[in-house]
Amino acid sequence: MKPLLELRNASKGYGQKGARTEVLRDINLSIHEGEFVVAVGYSGTGKTTLMNMLSGLDKPDSGEALMNGEVIKSAGPDRGLVFQNYSLLPWLTVEENIALAVNEVFKDKSKAERVDHVKRYIAMVNLTPAAKKFPRELSGGMRQRVSVARALSMEPKVLLLDEPLSALDALTRATLQDEISDIWQKNRTTVLWITNDPDEAILLADRVVPLLPTGPATLGDSIPILLPRPRDRRAINKNADFKALRSQLVTLLLDAKGKHKVKSSRKLVLPDILPEDLNEPHSFQLLDRRGPRRRSEMKTEEVEVAV
Amino acid sequence: MNTRVKVALELDRLNKAFPTPKGPAVIVRDFSLKMTDGEFITVIGHSGCGKSTVLAMVAGLSEATSGNIILAGKESIGAGPDRGVVFQSPCLLPWMTAFENVMLGVNQVYFTASKRERRQVAEYYLTVVGLGEAMDKYPGELSQGMRQRVGIARAFALQPKMLLLDEPFGMLDVLTKYELQEVLLDLWRRNRITTMMVTHDVDEAIFLSDRVVMMTDGPEAEVGDILTIPFERPRNRKAIMEDPRYYELRAHLIDFLNERSHLRPSRLAAPFQAGEAEAIDPSGQMIVSPAEPA
Repeated sequence: MKPLLELRNASKGYGQKGARTEVLRDINLSIHEGEFVVAVGYSGTGKTTLMNMLSGLDKPDSGEALMNGEVIKSAGPDRGLVFQNYSLLPWLTVEENIALAVNEVFKDKSKAERVDHVKRYIAMVNLTPAAKKFPRELSGGMRQRVSVARALSMEPKVLLLDEPLSALDALTRATLQDEISDIWQKNRTTVLWITNDPDEAILLADRVVPLLPTGPATLGDSIPILLPRPRDRRAINKNADFKALRSQLVTLLLDAKGKHKVKSSRKLVLPDILPEDLNEPHSFQLLDRRGPRRRSEMKTEEVEVAV
Repeated sequence: MNTRVKVALELDRLNKAFPTPKGPAVIVRDFSLKMTDGEFITVIGHSGCGKSTVLAMVAGLSEATSGNIILAGKESIGAGPDRGVVFQSPCLLPWMTAFENVMLGVNQVYFTASKRERRQVAEYYLTVVGLGEAMDKYPGELSQGMRQRVGIARAFALQPKMLLLDEPFGMLDVLTKYELQEVLLDLWRRNRITTMMVTHDVDEAIFLSDRVVMMTDGPEAEVGDILTIPFERPRNRKAIMEDPRYYELRAHLIDFLNERSHLRPSRLAAPFQAGEAEAIDPSGQMIVSPAEPA
């Protein structure tokens, strides 16, 4: 089967000649239709660069980014984007923000149909009561829901999400993970989700792609996640497969970082000095010693041991 | 066989209330805890339950409405360098380099030592946290994770009697957080300062601490339950994640946060049984039972 979205030997770097830093090297990734792929990696390892090449916001320096076998030249409504910072227009209400996308993509539909369409997607993310509100009147979690609804409303072939939940607190993040997972199970859009949270990756993905910090980042081997859906975040804690996957993924990422770390051994001197007690004002005048207290000069204290 | 251990910190029925027109609003109620010398305790609870309030009272940044804080046998009043505090963001002075930021505190508490020795202290701790090459950079040139490393190095460099950490890794991404937890444990292994850490991350609590204190939901938050973490040190994340006890402990904490955190032990009819009850003998010393063999 031909992959829907593909990167072939893609490399990308930034900076002028001479001071150039390569961010990604030889990335090969293919995403098939209906697949939920999560890429996990440290911050600063080129996760966003990866996303930009697929969305068409940026082009690889070498290699190719393909959609349906054709080179991606620019961004388009067949790829819905969700960013960490929501990117909503502050002077438009929730409804209007979504309508903006819908009106652009479904020009041939009647006005009533489009209004209906917008309503359906607002309902999908449980925001019907807030449809007439402005982004500033909403919490972070609600804003991100709007952003997800907007991306979905275009009925894209692929949904690209770049750390969509990283700015939210743990509780809201968990709620949104569950909601998005539910929505995905209903419509099975192809998804590429980028995150720095291994738990989030395992909970959501069909397949996890680790992004390894190896100088210019490379992709590690995909880890298929075959846990049955729907995945209950609490029951899953008792699942042996989940535990094994979690340990595997975390160890893989930490080891990759450890290997890449520059290890230098240097001679360090830790002088044997103890801090002065600044809460004792008298000690300043009554210092009857020269220099600091030292641990090596401390008298041994008797320690009571009950047997 | 029981070993009597020195009590480093004793919190005796700490209360915190704020006056409101409708009468005092109690945030923390009767928070009592004893920490032994060199113990690492995490306090876990939902956002807004008053965890940070307890920490701020121990740090001396917020005055307790009633109750006592006894640090190393002395009543502790007000803030001071004998308690090192690390917040979510490290509060570095932006016009000073990482090294100068650490020296600021070092010069204060080691004023009797030579300049050379003071510089060595700062260099030592900055290098151990992985900033050997970056100590002359300004906070603006450092990533958030690196800035927090400076904060941790600064806290340890002052060799405080007690270390207070208020969600020190709360603003970092998961993987950077893992790295910094290792850095913290590495430093702590070299110098076992009694540490109290506030977090809402269950994995972090298990990986780092000797005991986890679970707080009930606020207002009027109190100690709900205490869990002893049996893993021996030095700890290895991989080994812990594969240990069957790890997921039992994790489930215990998650269940508490999800289901029991709204219950009030003080208002239950039957006396509340903590998971691993500590016996306090009349002389005020804690009896710590040795960890069960694996």
